[in-house]
Amino acid sequence: MEGNSIIELRNVNFFYGKTRALTDITMDFSKNRVTALIGPSGCGKSTLLRLLNRMNDLIDGTRVEGEIIFEGINIYKPDVDPVDVRRKIGMVFQKPNPFPKSIFSNIAYAPRLAGITKRSDLEFLVEESLKQAVLWDEVRDILGKSAMTLSGGQQQRLCIARALAMKPDVILMDEPTSALDPISTAKIEELIDELRRNYTIIIVTHNMQQAARVSSKTGFFYLGKLIEYNATEKIFTNPDVKQTEDYITGRFG
Amino acid sequence: MQAALTTSMKFRYFKQHVFFAVVRLSALLIALALGGLIAYIVANGISAISCDFLTLPPTDSMTKGGIMPAILGTLYLTIGSIAVALPLGVVSAIYLTEYAKQGKFVRLIRIGINCLAGVPSVVFGLFGLGFFVVFLHFGSCILSGALTLGILVLPTIIGASEEALKAVPQTFREASLALGVSKWETIYKIVLPNALPGILTGSILGIGRAAGETAPIMFTAAAFFTAKLPSSVFDEVMALPYHVYVLATAGTHIDQTRSIQYGTVLVLVGLVLGVDLIAIVIRSYVRKKKRW
Repeated sequence: MEGNSIIELRNVNFFYGKTRALTDITMDFSKNRVTALIGPSGCGKSTLLRLLNRMNDLIDGTRVEGEIIFEGINIYKPDVDPVDVRRKIGMVFQKPNPFPKSIFSNIAYAPRLAGITKRSDLEFLVEESLKQAVLWDEVRDILGKSAMTLSGGQQQRLCIARALAMKPDVILMDEPTSALDPISTAKIEELIDELRRNYTIIIVTHNMQQAARVSSKTGFFYLGKLIEYNATEKIFTNPDVKQTEDYITGRFG
Repeated sequence: MQAALTTSMKFRYFKQHVFFAVVRLSALLIALALGGLIAYIVANGISAISCDFLTLPPTDSMTKGGIMPAILGTLYLTIGSIAVALPLGVVSAIYLTEYAKQGKFVRLIRIGINCLAGVPSVVFGLFGLGFFVVFLHFGSCILSGALTLGILVLPTIIGASEEALKAVPQTFREASLALGVSKWETIYKIVLPNALPGILTGSILGIGRAAGETAPIMFTAAAFFTAKLPSSVFDEVMALPYHVYVLATAGTHIDQTRSIQYGTVLVLVGLVLGVDLIAIVIRSYVRKKKRW
């Protein structure tokens, strides 16, 4: 039942300057599954997520040890272009961050730069992506309007559509609903459930119920270490490690 | 006890009133100084302004006629300095904020830029004379003057551009990079367009100041008098600030030309305020549109 893995971490250590943020992480992410990363603030789960599409490259003075293998290649090998990695591994951020452009341009922006220039192709792609993100019906008549006029939940689905338009294999989500109301959150969770069929999703969340609802595997992090990595059901009903249980039942964290 | 409390409260209110009064007064003084200055110039210069004054060259040893060559000269010099300093300044600012690793080297460059901003304008004039006019054999001409003014406003433009670039939310950069867009494309397509209004506003304000400078152009570009208009960037031009300087100090008809002097100053001030107004309009327009 364990599908083939798409990303494999081998003994990954990560440093901000001299501070060690991640210690010896070894884990596999299964293809076309939703994997949740949980743990208290500052435990390293977001850092790990941002390692997977090399977003930590943007921070001066960081250092990675170990290997992160995506489709057979270590993405931290010197000859790998982070731009190529990010085309295949998309990301949705904590706060919806649409560009101050029209809804259409938000989605067409990256594909256009990647070489899709024919108007009809772009129109098709925009519609397809918005439908996948279950936003099409709400915005089909206002594609020319600024994305900033949408509600927070709509903006976040737009950001998901924007990531989908690049046809990535993996989508990383960094607490994608923490800035949203419960109804918008429910919509995003439904969406994640839909996307699972065609994409590998790795989601960082502070919301334990959310992890339980959307994911099939869950990793619990504490102080930069992967404490337990198991099937979500097992983690939430009968975890192997005492620390995991304490965190999930709210005894610390 | 109660009485003591109210007394102390009263005293505190009194202090507050005094403080507010002082603050108001200082703000008022600044407004008065500017208003007084402009009123004085308008009162003395308005009589000289006419259609001929704005469209004719000076005549009769500059005691009559207009100041058209000087207006045009100042415009050429100002536009030239924008053409020199804006691209250079923006590119430098992009390097400093987006590319350079923050460290000793960048700090050194920043200190250099700040020092450049503090250099007296006559020093720029002498540098322009030594480097552009003499060493590069450009001679005293629009090109030398524009380059000199360009260096003068460079620190202002770099500063304004850096602020504008830093004001673009980091989340925009992250969003773009995470889509597999390269760093340069992110800067070109996302960061620059969002920073552009800020860059323009700051730069225009800096250029407005440069338009009124006399010292940097008196050795590098400005002619005492030429009735003919420049035909290339290697020609000398008249310029408003230098024209005033000449009429008020060097001429033989200083009293006779008093109203021309004030008229020229009025045109110069009007030009600078007009340029500032453009910057203010751009800024308020963008503020209304901005939503992050």
